[in-house]
Amino acid sequence: MASVAGADAAPAGVIAQGSMRRDRRRALYWSYFFLILFVVFFLTPPLYMFITSLKSSAEVGAITNPWWVYDPSLDNYVSLLTSEQYLTFFRNSAAVSVIVVVITMLISVPAAFALARMKFWGSTTLATGVFLTYLIPETLLFIPLFKIFAFVNDNFGISLINHWWVLIFIYPTLTVPFCTWIMIGYFASIPKELDEAALIDGAGYFQMLTKIFIPVALPGIIAATIFAFTVSWADFLYPMAFTTSADQMVLPAGIVSTLIKGDVYNWGQIMAACLLGAAPPLIIYAFLMDYYIAGLTAGATKG
Amino acid sequence: MAQVKLRNLVKHYDATPAVRGIDLDIPDKEFVVLVGPSGCGKTTTLRMIAGLEDITSGDVVIGDAVVNDVPPKDRNIAMVFQNYALYPHMSVYENMSFGLRLKKVAKEEIARRVANAARILSITELLERKPKQLSGGQRQRVAMGRAIVRDPKVFLFDEPLSNLDAKLRVQMRTEIKKVHQKVRTTTVYVTHDQVEAMTLADRVVVMNAGRIEQVGAPNDLYHSPATKFVAGFIGSPAMNFIPCGLEEAAGGLRLNLGGGIAFPVPQERSQRYRPRLGGKRLLFGMRPEDIFEQRPHMEPGQHPFEAVPEVVEPLGMETLVFFTVGGVEICARVNPGCGARPGAPLKLVADLRHMHLIDDESGLVL
Repeated sequence: MASVAGADAAPAGVIAQGSMRRDRRRALYWSYFFLILFVVFFLTPPLYMFITSLKSSAEVGAITNPWWVYDPSLDNYVSLLTSEQYLTFFRNSAAVSVIVVVITMLISVPAAFALARMKFWGSTTLATGVFLTYLIPETLLFIPLFKIFAFVNDNFGISLINHWWVLIFIYPTLTVPFCTWIMIGYFASIPKELDEAALIDGAGYFQMLTKIFIPVALPGIIAATIFAFTVSWADFLYPMAFTTSADQMVLPAGIVSTLIKGDVYNWGQIMAACLLGAAPPLIIYAFLMDYYIAGLTAGATKG
Repeated sequence: MAQVKLRNLVKHYDATPAVRGIDLDIPDKEFVVLVGPSGCGKTTTLRMIAGLEDITSGDVVIGDAVVNDVPPKDRNIAMVFQNYALYPHMSVYENMSFGLRLKKVAKEEIARRVANAARILSITELLERKPKQLSGGQRQRVAMGRAIVRDPKVFLFDEPLSNLDAKLRVQMRTEIKKVHQKVRTTTVYVTHDQVEAMTLADRVVVMNAGRIEQVGAPNDLYHSPATKFVAGFIGSPAMNFIPCGLEEAAGGLRLNLGGGIAFPVPQERSQRYRPRLGGKRLLFGMRPEDIFEQRPHMEPGQHPFEAVPEVVEPLGMETLVFFTVGGVEICARVNPGCGARPGAPLKLVADLRHMHLIDDESGLVL
């Protein structure tokens, strides 16, 4: 905005300069137009959620202005935060997400390093293959996964259905391919001379990874971490398919299956639960945003 | 300290040959520069010495041992890269000491060596900084410091000055020479810049298309090139090459350059050139500084002629004059005070004592 105001305030100068300023101003107007459009589009739902979360069921059902709260109360939040069930969902979600992030990083960072740097036969094809596995939607995967679980149950007597921890083994099928892909790109953008210098300095591949590549690629690793966390925190289909009892559920599935009773929708609590559930990724984003952006745009330009 | 020997060194990338058989002996403490145009195999050769590139055939000997299958870290070499290759997350001190720390050298010894290298390179006050806080020249010093602290048998430099601006390049060139005079480590230095090669080297190795064209002291290469390639590559502006005919004339041999210009062959060379009499595809080679304005006293072997300059480039201490002989553009270096102007005939002198006669087919200087 400041630059627009600056352009307005500047005295009428040389014509050429003036036309440049006019172009810039027009470009800025359009930018703001679309930015505001996006902001309205994306922030309206959370705003509506927030407004609804402050309403009682009676007020939600009443025929009043849905965008206004006449009798605000924090009852929905209080009842959720004092409900053992909701806190169980939260705990399960946190445990699953943190462990999945750790597993994902332990697999995808070394895998990406190997695929990006240790040129071996088929490494390029393998790298593409890793990405292709990410393109298979989970809606196609959960039925074969079900079959695998049944097979394990039939042959080894291990029941994998309806355990929160089973998600720890399933989520990496979504997170590992994409994180590996991000990290391959990131590692590939590190100049080759850096590993050659390390090689001459006497570093082995493991030292090269831990002492050079991981510290240098930290923004990329953080970007991958955020991605893995968000996916495992927010995934809906797998927990819905593989967990059934309330004490084994994670947040997204738990909210839907316990707060909707039959055809009774407790909208106020559902909205409050969703907003509380969205808080951890938001907090992580806010702290790591700069790194995240740097990670996503790295390698776009030289140097 | 060690000698380096290359024995019929060959490198193929799939079917494409990059280095086609190189034999070179580099004695202990010598500063050797590999120079040549892009793609001539000089960097590949250096990387094979470093162990960063597999050898297709032949041997690399460092000290007394064949090191073909020895990993880079065990070759006791240090390399300075074109883009510095400093570890961006480490301070200058950490960058320089990284190799020693991996070798688990005692902390006091590391500190002593880093301090010593920093003193040699005048970067003591930069030790705590990160590479991104340094200028290009400072980064290059740190890269050299990292090499020095390892006290290697051989220094390898891969176009270390190419990323610096012209002024800094000249300054760092001197620094590198000074460092070599202080540490006296066998050095192999790769560059495409013939000025760098001439100024730094004890011996220059001119490479072309994967082969060595000529090895020699800078002045030997300049004054007695073995091939047309070396004659044209070393020296700036490059040597003039004019197609010519070798003819018999009264009192000796004569070079007919066309365009009405003919020069007598100096007596002492007649014997050498006589077998080529009437031969085809000969080139007359002469450096720009051997063609200059006519002076009051001409020495024997100098021959006057007249030319009409097409372009005149004043450089301050000298002026470059370009004119055409037999359809070929020729460059001469004249005194700025001689009044050379485009389009105005100029009396010039060719110093035939420094001429070269080249067989254009084989590319050999006769």
